[in-house]
Amino acid sequence: MDFTLDKKHEMARSLFREFAENEVKPLAQEVDETEAFPVETVKKMQKLGFMGIPVPKEYGGQGCDPLTYVMCVEELSKVCGTTGVIVSAHTSLCIDPIMTYGTEEQKQKYVKPLATGEKLGAFALTEPGAGTDAQGAQTKAVLDGDEWVLNGSKCFITNGKVADVYIVIAITSVTEDKRGRKKKNFSAFIVDKGAPGFSFGTKEKKMGIRGSSTYELIFEDCRIPKENLLGPEGKGFPIAMHTLDGGRIGIAAQALGIAEGALERAIAYTKERKQFGRSIAAQQNTQFKLADMATRVEAAQMLVYKAAMAKATQRVYSVEAAKAKLFAAETAMAVTTEVVQLFGGYGYIREYDVERMMRDAKITEIYEGTSEVQRMVISGALLK
Amino acid sequence: MKIVVCIKQVPDTKGGVKFNPDGTLDRAAMLTIMNPDDKAGLEAALRLKEQHGAEVTVITMGLPKADEVLREAMAMGADKGILVTDRVLGGADTWATSTTLAGAIRNLEYDLIITGRQAIDGDTAQVGPQIAEHLGLPVISYAQDIKVDGDSVIVQRQYEDRYHELKAKMPCLITALSELNEPRYMTPGGIFDAYDKEVTVWGRADLKDVDDSDLGLKGSPTKIAKASDKVRKGAGEKVVLDTDEAVAYLMGKFKEKHVI
Repeated sequence: MDFTLDKKHEMARSLFREFAENEVKPLAQEVDETEAFPVETVKKMQKLGFMGIPVPKEYGGQGCDPLTYVMCVEELSKVCGTTGVIVSAHTSLCIDPIMTYGTEEQKQKYVKPLATGEKLGAFALTEPGAGTDAQGAQTKAVLDGDEWVLNGSKCFITNGKVADVYIVIAITSVTEDKRGRKKKNFSAFIVDKGAPGFSFGTKEKKMGIRGSSTYELIFEDCRIPKENLLGPEGKGFPIAMHTLDGGRIGIAAQALGIAEGALERAIAYTKERKQFGRSIAAQQNTQFKLADMATRVEAAQMLVYKAAMAKATQRVYSVEAAKAKLFAAETAMAVTTEVVQLFGGYGYIREYDVERMMRDAKITEIYEGTSEVQRMVISGALLK
Repeated sequence: MKIVVCIKQVPDTKGGVKFNPDGTLDRAAMLTIMNPDDKAGLEAALRLKEQHGAEVTVITMGLPKADEVLREAMAMGADKGILVTDRVLGGADTWATSTTLAGAIRNLEYDLIITGRQAIDGDTAQVGPQIAEHLGLPVISYAQDIKVDGDSVIVQRQYEDRYHELKAKMPCLITALSELNEPRYMTPGGIFDAYDKEVTVWGRADLKDVDDSDLGLKGSPTKIAKASDKVRKGAGEKVVLDTDEAVAYLMGKFKEKHVI
C-alpha cells in the first residue's frame, strides 16, 4: 500500500493549484458578493480541459481518471467553493450518467460538447416535496408518439439556467406491489435548454456558494424526442442513485478543498496575529487546534481519494462515496467554524475569506444526500 | 520547421534559497520550477508551431530529476524531450554547460534554437549566446517579439529604452525574455500524455564533437568563491515634507553620512 501520489498526479495538482491561485482566487470574493456566475472562469476552464477531466479522449475529454478530477475540484474549492461545485455538478451529475448509461448516439451528441466545455451540464432530481424521499416526486413523463411529454417542476438545481443540457428524472409509470402499495417508477431523460415547454423559475438566494446558479426548472408540456430517454425506461431511480454516488465524491472533494483552504489561511493568520505580545500560533491552544484540524483534514483526504480510486476500479462504490462525503463535509463545517473562531472578530468580517468558507461549507452537509442520508447508506451496508 | 528549446529546472526562489554546508545550492531541498525566461521561450516556440507548423524538442542538462521539467514542457505541447545527464557533467559552469548542450544539439536537426535569456539561479545570460558560438550560428538575444518570415526570423531585441528589430536567416539562436508572452497552462490530458511518452536520455557518450576537458566541474573555468542568498534591503525611511524642508532634511542626512 502506497500513499504517495505518482508524478503525473502531482503535476496535475500543481496545475490546478496554479490555476486556482491565479485565476479563481482573485474573483472569489466578488463572485460571492455579487452572486454572479463566474462565466469567464468557466471559459478559461473550458480552454484547459477542466470540464471533461475523467472523460475518454474519443468523447472530447482529457482521458484522465477520477482521482485527477477530484483533485481539480479540491484545488478549486480551496479558493472558491462556487467554482468547485460548477465543475462537480457538470462532470459527475451530467456527463457521468450519459457516459455510463447513454447510447453511442447520445454520447456523441451530448458528451462531446459537454466534455470539451462547449456546453454546461446539470442534473435535476429534487422537487419541492421530494428531497431525501425521492418517492415524493411529482414530475411525470408520458410518451406521445415520438416524443416524451414532461410536466412538473424541479428545485435547487445547480448550474440551472446557465446549463445547456439537463438530466431530468421523472415518473413514467406507477405500479402496485403484492400488498397493493403504489410505487412510482422513474426514468431518466436528457433535456436540452430551449426544449418547448421548458423554462426556469426563481433563482435561489443562498447562504453560501452564492455564485453557483441555483434555479427552479419548470416543465409544462415540455416535449423532447423519444430517443432522449437515458438508459432503460423505469430504471431512472437506480440511475439517479448511481449518479449521486459519483456526485458525492465530487462534493466530498469540494468539502475537502474548503477545509484545506480554511486551514491554510488559519496557519498563515495565526503566525501573524499578535496578542499578549506574541503570535497566537505560539500559544498552545492554537497549536492543538491546528494539529487536530490538520489530522482531520488528512483523514478526509484519504477517504476522498480512496473513493475516487474505488470509482476508477469498482462497479459499485456507494459506501466509499458516502463515507467520503459524510466525513469530508462534517470536516469542512467543523474546520471552517474553528478557523473563524481563531480569526476572532476578523473571521466574522466579509473581507476575510474564512467567513465565506464557513458559509460555503454548510451546503456540503446537505446537497447530493444529507449527512443523514450518508449514514443511512453506510449503516445499510453494514446491516445488510 | 524544427525548433529546439533549451530549458532549465531551477529552484523556486519564492520558497527561499537553501545552501549546502559547502556553499553550493541544496537543490534537493528546494521546490523547483521551469526557469521563467525558458518558459517564455517554449511558449514562443509553441506559438510558432501553431502558426507555421513545427516540431518542438525541449532539451535540458541536469540531474535525473530534471525529467520533470521536460514532462512539464511536453504537457504544455512540446513534442519531444531530451535529458542530458551524466555524473561527469556535474558542477558545470556556463562554459561547460553550453559545450554540453551544443554537443547534444549537434545530433539534432533544427531551424531555430530558443533559450531563455538567463536562469534565475545563476543570472549569467551566457549559456544561450555560448551555444550559438559553439554551433557557429547567429544569435539574437533579449527577444521581446519573434516572427517567422519565410526562411528568416524577425526579432525585436529589447533595450532599456528602445528595441531593435533584427532579421536573421535560420538556422539561428534566439534568447527569450519572460516578458515575451504569457506562457500557457498545461492541460490535465497533456500531463497524462507527457507521462506516457518516452523522454530520451543522453549521457557523455552521446555528445558530439566535445572534449572531456570542457565538461563538468573539471571543464569549468569559473570557480565560485562564495554563494549567498540575496540580502534583502530594509523597508527604508519615508518622510513627507514640503520642498524646502525636504532639501534641508536631505542635506542633513548627506552630511551625517559624510556623503558631502
